[in-house]
Amino acid sequence: MSGTHAHTVAYVRDTMLPEQAPPASEVGPIGWMRHNLFSTWVNTGMTLLAVAAIYYVLAGVLPWIFQSVWNADSLTECREIMMETWGSTHGHACWGVIKERWLQLLFGFYPPHLYWRPILALVLLLAALSPVLFSDRVSSKMLILTAAYPFLMPFLMWGGTIWGPLSAALGFVIGYLIIKHGSEKLGELGAMIAGVVAAVIWWFVLAGPVTDALSSALPIGIEAVQSRQFGGFMLAIMLGVVAIGVSLPIGVVLALGRQSDLIIVKYICVGFIEFVRGVPLITLLFVASLLLNIFLPPGTNFDIILRVMIMMTLFSAAYMAEVIRGGLAALPRGQYEGADSLGLNYWQAQRLIIMPQALKISIPGIVSTFIGIFKDTTLVSIIGLFDVIGLASAIRADTAWNGIYWELFAFIAALFFVVCFSMSRYSMYLERRLKTDHR
Amino acid sequence: MKKSVILGAMTFAGLAAGAASAGTLDDVKARGKLNCGVTTGLVGFAAPNANGEWEGFDVAVCRAVAAAVLGDSTAVEFVPTTGKTRFTALASGEIDMLARNTTWTFSRDVDLKFEFTGINYYDGQGFMVPKELGVSSAKELDGATVCIQTGTTTELNLADFFRSNNISYEPVPIETNAEAQQQYLAGACDVYTTDASGLAATRATFDDPSAHVLLPEIISKEPLGPLVRHGDNEWGDVVRWSLNALIAAEELGITSANLNDMAAGTDNPEINRLLGTEGTLGEMLGLSADWAKNAIAAGGNYGEIFAKNIGEDTPIGLARGLNAQWTEGGLLYAPPFR
Amino acid sequence: MSTLTDPPKEQFRLSMLLYDTRYRSATIQVIAMFGFMLLAAWLINNTIINLNTLGKPVSFGFLGETAGYDINQRLLDYDNQDTHLRAAFLGLLNTLVIAFMGCVAATIVGVLVGVLRLSSNWLVARIMTVYVEMFRNIPVLLWIVLIFAIVTESTPHPKVYRGVETGAVVVTNRGTYLPEPLFSRSLGDVHLFGSSSLRFDISLDLIAILVVLGLSIFASIKIRQRADRIQEVTGVRPRTWHTRAAVLILPLLSLLIALGFHLGYPELKGFNFQGGTHLRNSLLALWLALSLYTAAFIAEIVRAGILAISKGQTEAASALGLRPNKTMSLVILPQALRVIIPPLISNYLNLTKNSSLAIAVGYMDITGTLGGITMNQTGRELECVLMLMLVYLAISLTISAVMNWYNEAVKLKER
Repeated sequence: MSGTHAHTVAYVRDTMLPEQAPPASEVGPIGWMRHNLFSTWVNTGMTLLAVAAIYYVLAGVLPWIFQSVWNADSLTECREIMMETWGSTHGHACWGVIKERWLQLLFGFYPPHLYWRPILALVLLLAALSPVLFSDRVSSKMLILTAAYPFLMPFLMWGGTIWGPLSAALGFVIGYLIIKHGSEKLGELGAMIAGVVAAVIWWFVLAGPVTDALSSALPIGIEAVQSRQFGGFMLAIMLGVVAIGVSLPIGVVLALGRQSDLIIVKYICVGFIEFVRGVPLITLLFVASLLLNIFLPPGTNFDIILRVMIMMTLFSAAYMAEVIRGGLAALPRGQYEGADSLGLNYWQAQRLIIMPQALKISIPGIVSTFIGIFKDTTLVSIIGLFDVIGLASAIRADTAWNGIYWELFAFIAALFFVVCFSMSRYSMYLERRLKTDHR
Repeated sequence: MKKSVILGAMTFAGLAAGAASAGTLDDVKARGKLNCGVTTGLVGFAAPNANGEWEGFDVAVCRAVAAAVLGDSTAVEFVPTTGKTRFTALASGEIDMLARNTTWTFSRDVDLKFEFTGINYYDGQGFMVPKELGVSSAKELDGATVCIQTGTTTELNLADFFRSNNISYEPVPIETNAEAQQQYLAGACDVYTTDASGLAATRATFDDPSAHVLLPEIISKEPLGPLVRHGDNEWGDVVRWSLNALIAAEELGITSANLNDMAAGTDNPEINRLLGTEGTLGEMLGLSADWAKNAIAAGGNYGEIFAKNIGEDTPIGLARGLNAQWTEGGLLYAPPFR
Repeated sequence: MSTLTDPPKEQFRLSMLLYDTRYRSATIQVIAMFGFMLLAAWLINNTIINLNTLGKPVSFGFLGETAGYDINQRLLDYDNQDTHLRAAFLGLLNTLVIAFMGCVAATIVGVLVGVLRLSSNWLVARIMTVYVEMFRNIPVLLWIVLIFAIVTESTPHPKVYRGVETGAVVVTNRGTYLPEPLFSRSLGDVHLFGSSSLRFDISLDLIAILVVLGLSIFASIKIRQRADRIQEVTGVRPRTWHTRAAVLILPLLSLLIALGFHLGYPELKGFNFQGGTHLRNSLLALWLALSLYTAAFIAEIVRAGILAISKGQTEAASALGLRPNKTMSLVILPQALRVIIPPLISNYLNLTKNSSLAIAVGYMDITGTLGGITMNQTGRELECVLMLMLVYLAISLTISAVMNWYNEAVKLKER
């Protein structure tokens, strides 16, 4: 073909031209900007608007953050320094308050020489969660720590004798042993009932005297800290962790109850879930601070932090139940049918087939519930607890810092942002990972 | 049938529990700590410092009671309460006494069943306005926007005042003093109203205090004092006389500086009775003989506490005014220790 | 028991209650029921004993007492001599107002931001991401307080308008004043419920306007249906927009003229502006904070909803010759809505519940009146908190019922 053409056409190029560089306006930063910022008139307008907005915000905020006073013991001193340095007290932050109070904002009134305990509790929490959250990277032997953590954490935070948490743990061990070894004699159901009854008897009747006897005989323990001394950001983390941790089993029970065929059980569960989800958290906190003592037998007196923990737990249990219900609903019908065809009974099926999968699907939902609860802990400042926001008001009631405003809120907002943002990023990572698992 | 038995048993247990916790004084002694309700933070009256220790005028009352009962002014658990939670906390026994600048009113005393054990600060609701507004009387405030701190008697007094003077206003209710202060300084309201002591304390921390004036009208009586539950008179007496001891100490010239000398015995029989070198006043209260000495040692006499926390040398700079001793034209008048 | 042990065919043993699956569920249910009732009885019994000890038996009589405090932002007439019940009722209306305004604004902002996050403009998409992350990761209470302070600090004091000609809308640091509709030949009001605490005035002008508007819209729909029929029969669609516009506008216009409609502008008198509709800063700040906060969540939902529609749908629509606008409204949106609506409902519920944080800025919603000042003044914690919970529960259940009904309506109808 080419041969015949060669005769008729005067000139044919027989080598490829080298690729030309694309026009300068299409590559590099300029090309990128043309494509991503100025592709149409509308886009150009939006870009200019956005740049103006960014400039406006940064021009206001950056000087305030960086042209600021760190070394001052009171607002008055701050203002004097500002007048000397910049000739005006406006537009400059007074970070002296954070410098003086940051430990208080983080730990509340927790005794300073015991700060290692909440820090250790937090580190252990991350370690205990790692086999669940990063199951692909961490050995499952760490699960022992996960099981021990619910008893370790109260011991570290509240201190006192070590026998309290140990005897609480013993209740679970007793129940477990009876269920495991008693099923041959008593039958599965009988063993389960016997186990639960034995554990309850242990906790409510025997544990108290035994703990007292042991702690007087062998006084092993660390300095006790009253829950009234919890505060600041630590309180928010505590409330969030306790509420989510305790509400997880309750949420599982509620979710199962809601899906159950037993009509009365179902309606009790639905009633509880819908009631709690239908009212704002602040009303539940009012119950904790004003009414809980009225509902309990006369003379019982929990301190307010425990009462708030109880109500926050009930609150998160309802949300948790819905998350887990979502996980249950997402399981293919075949899993249930498969369990039935293997001849597993209800509890076996739940324990071996349904729950492991449903809980795994629910983890992103649980994490976002946690973020929600964690942010909602700020509401306890309204009932007079000293979380970060409550402490901020208390600090502003100090004669030295009365009148300070933005610095405290900026610090608090930054704290929350860092923690919640990293958790939500983690949750996204998890969702992506779970998605690939399904393929 | 079975249920009613269980309920009956529970009721009985409940009554027994209620009876067991009858004596607050014994409870406090057994516990070794006094649970004292304070505000979540009010300049000069109660606020935690950087070390987490509470300071302030109301706090000093708690410390004095703790010192009188337990001999240790640091044996106090401070329980921060809000305007909503304070009465419930006291009624439920969560706190033993409330020293949270609470106004003594009829309904709180009679209907809510509390016992006010005295008055540690005579206050009244006042108004603060920017000087440039050119207002010299609260009656010129027709149509003004007024910032009020909610959860107190303040909003009721305000409504009554404007109603009786037949002028209108626009209330801006705000939860905390700090927010109200920010709103007032930003000009979101023309007037800020709360207790006069609070106004003075707030104004003292302004960038330019001289640009704001307090109006002459004081529209309410706000006798602020510590309170306890109805029906436990022994405990009520302890709190009442601890406060009276502080007031009497100032009148009698007992200060933290000369306390130890005076406690060694003086020519004045009332001082001797108060400090326990004569008579059995402490025993009558169920306390040790040096109870009043301990109470005074905790933070000095009333005058010293006032001067240290809210007096004219502090940034808050309150004058004694009504809170001077009766001998100096004030209202403080401790009954005799006899 | 003896009657039960008699059945002729099968001997009933007590253990069958546990081991026979026919009876087991009944056993469990009876135990659950019994346990639940025991718990309830225990709580109620405790409550009664405790309240008797406190000397505060449950009574709702306080609702009829004089409230004694004022409410600034209100829809109906009220003064401090009205009852606590009236104050609670006004608080409830305020809650509904903020919830409604918040849901509408949050939806608009949320959809806008959700779409803009998918924008091809890199900068805009990034800014929207920053906005979403900022709002989602900082507690709403903090946002409410901060936005309240920002709104107050960034708006001018009324005094700067002294001697200045102000327009229809005035923005001050006490709130924003909008022109208010006035009728010089008003028809008056209907007074419902006499002079009780729930008295409710409805303007007859408003009713008249709504009736006329309703009739006009009905007529307009009829005209369109007629046009549809003609188009089906003849294939030619008659031009109807001018008649429809006339039907919509003319009756309303003549009614407004007949009623003597005019706008009342705010005027600076004394300390403040008078006249006009006053949206106080507390309302504006709460509205902004709640809607911006919730919008961040809605934006994510909308984005996920749009991304959930496969690209094939858009391509198929283009292949059918639909224009981009029609593709959006006929193909993408109806499908995306199905994904969007269920989480949207829970966000509306969250917004409504979060509106109880109004106390942080002093907006007198039901938490501020019934659960705030009324509770403080009367010391009736149990009654107030109980009523508060029931009110929120009723609102939540109503919203979810309405939205679920809507969800059913747009759900994929599988046959």
